[in-house]
Amino acid sequence: MKNLTRAFTVFLFYFAATALTAAEEAEPPVTARDVPNDAGGAVDITWLASPLEKEEGFQGYDVQRRAPGKEAFETIAEITPGEAVYQDKEAEDGVPYEYRVRALPAEGPPVVLGVSGAAASGQWFNTRRTNVLVGVIFVTTVIVFFIYRAKGGAELFVRKIAGLEAVDEAIGRATEMGKPILYVTGLGDASEISTIAAMTILAKVATKTAEYETPLIVPCYDPIVMMVEKEMVREAYAEVGKPDAFDEDSVFYVTTSQFGYVAAVDGIMVRERPATNFYMGAFYAESLILAETGAATGAIQIAGTDRVTQLPFFITACDYTLMGEELYAATAYLSRDPLFLGSLKGQDWSKAVIITAMVIGTALLIVSVHLGTGFAKLFETGAG
Amino acid sequence: MHLSTDIFIWIAALLTLCIYSFLYKDNPFYKFAEHLLVGVSAGYLFVIYFWNNMWPNLLIPLRDGFGILLTEGRFTGNLAALVPGTLGLLLLTRLIPKIGWISRWAFGFYFGAFQGIVITGYMQAFILAQVYGTFMKGGNPVFSLVLMGDFFTRPAWGPFVLAVSGPLMIAGVVCTLTYFFFSTEHRGFAGGVAKVGIVFLMIGFGASFGYTVMARVSLLIGRLQFLIRDWLGLIS
Repeated sequence: MKNLTRAFTVFLFYFAATALTAAEEAEPPVTARDVPNDAGGAVDITWLASPLEKEEGFQGYDVQRRAPGKEAFETIAEITPGEAVYQDKEAEDGVPYEYRVRALPAEGPPVVLGVSGAAASGQWFNTRRTNVLVGVIFVTTVIVFFIYRAKGGAELFVRKIAGLEAVDEAIGRATEMGKPILYVTGLGDASEISTIAAMTILAKVATKTAEYETPLIVPCYDPIVMMVEKEMVREAYAEVGKPDAFDEDSVFYVTTSQFGYVAAVDGIMVRERPATNFYMGAFYAESLILAETGAATGAIQIAGTDRVTQLPFFITACDYTLMGEELYAATAYLSRDPLFLGSLKGQDWSKAVIITAMVIGTALLIVSVHLGTGFAKLFETGAG
Repeated sequence: MHLSTDIFIWIAALLTLCIYSFLYKDNPFYKFAEHLLVGVSAGYLFVIYFWNNMWPNLLIPLRDGFGILLTEGRFTGNLAALVPGTLGLLLLTRLIPKIGWISRWAFGFYFGAFQGIVITGYMQAFILAQVYGTFMKGGNPVFSLVLMGDFFTRPAWGPFVLAVSGPLMIAGVVCTLTYFFFSTEHRGFAGGVAKVGIVFLMIGFGASFGYTVMARVSLLIGRLQFLIRDWLGLIS
């Protein structure tokens, strides 16, 4: 009997302790916390839905805030029924605010759900983007490694790219015909990767035109791009020892209006009759107009863009087309410069890692959806 | 037929015809419209840039800051605006050949800063998100034996598409990426995979071509509507 009493007492104690822990661990009715991984100035407030929601005419909630040293709460938001989250985007960093959420019944005074405190703060590191950091470090390391290998004299193989093999032939044709070469770098500004690639290809083309003294026409859409291209062409002429052959007016600004630019370039094509047209860079709706007019004038045409929607038009209307990555590879291919070559190799092996990751991921999905999904999450990036 | 009496519609219609005359061949009407369009657009855009960028972001903060400095003896303007302002002025040194090289500092800053800023965005949007999107759609795996099992237990078009689209997408991405691998010749196994990649690319381009041509035709229809309805009044 004594043992039974003891066992009962222990059970009561255990039950009471469990209930107490459960009560302690239960989600508080209102929770305010600093928004993680942000630049600061924001606090998330969440609350448990009020039982009043089930009543007819329930009006929703109001979220109130009180700064330290203040007596009264002030309403900062009114929330519709069914919602249980609000983000205060006007919180001052480091100020410990108190947040109160009240349910608003159809009739009668508001019912306080609870009060919670939090201070907003900014974070230096966004933990949701750790994989971005790892990716950048990995790709950069691979690229730097290959640049050093290329600089060390290692033979780095790059396969043939048909469109680039044709560059010399196209320049030679214009030279033989005594006609100019038209080089269009599209509508991108100097921040576009494809425009930068187009500018570096232009430097190589200009070196050849300088050697052969073939006239070069470069109409520009963007004034900054025009200035950089003029500088590059000037340097190309100086590089081959013919700085005086460079014509300042060969690289010129047209307009930053899409169809105004197209009208002008079309006019140049039919009046100057260039023997070779290059379209390299970022293109939009004007791609087919330019390529069709060029084809009608009988020019040999080489295009290159990373705009997927414009590639079909270039493929149909041009003699050679560099698709996406081929445009980026062009500089390394044409110049064989260790910097560009190493960079291309680095990108290539980064692609190989991506392909491997895809094969591994697929295999894991076949073996176990749980494992495959877990693997895929390594590549998930937070929006914030 | 109710010809428009609005002078601006007449101007727009005649300029439209001038531009379309290029379809026949280059001619003075096209040249006129071309030069007008280039000149007006360049001038108009300069004014837009000035009032939308230079005025609110550079000139107003400096004007207000220096105004208060002169009247109250304290500077409250945004001195940081002087950094892009100075870099912009450096670009103009190109107009003086002797010191034109200074403009390269501005170019260097512009290119360097921009590449630094976008590198994480590119890694996130063009690499990681793409890889994740190849495996997962709406939080569910695109390739799953369960989906395939669904098709075999319930053979129908819907389950078939669900079962096949995932593997097809993964195969397409891997084959296309192999095509853009420049470090090996397209021979043997790699060549075969790259050829399949090209087939995927061409199917994609074909679909894109048809879609975009439809959009272009709608632009032409819009212009013809303007001529026939707004200008000639042949339709209401």
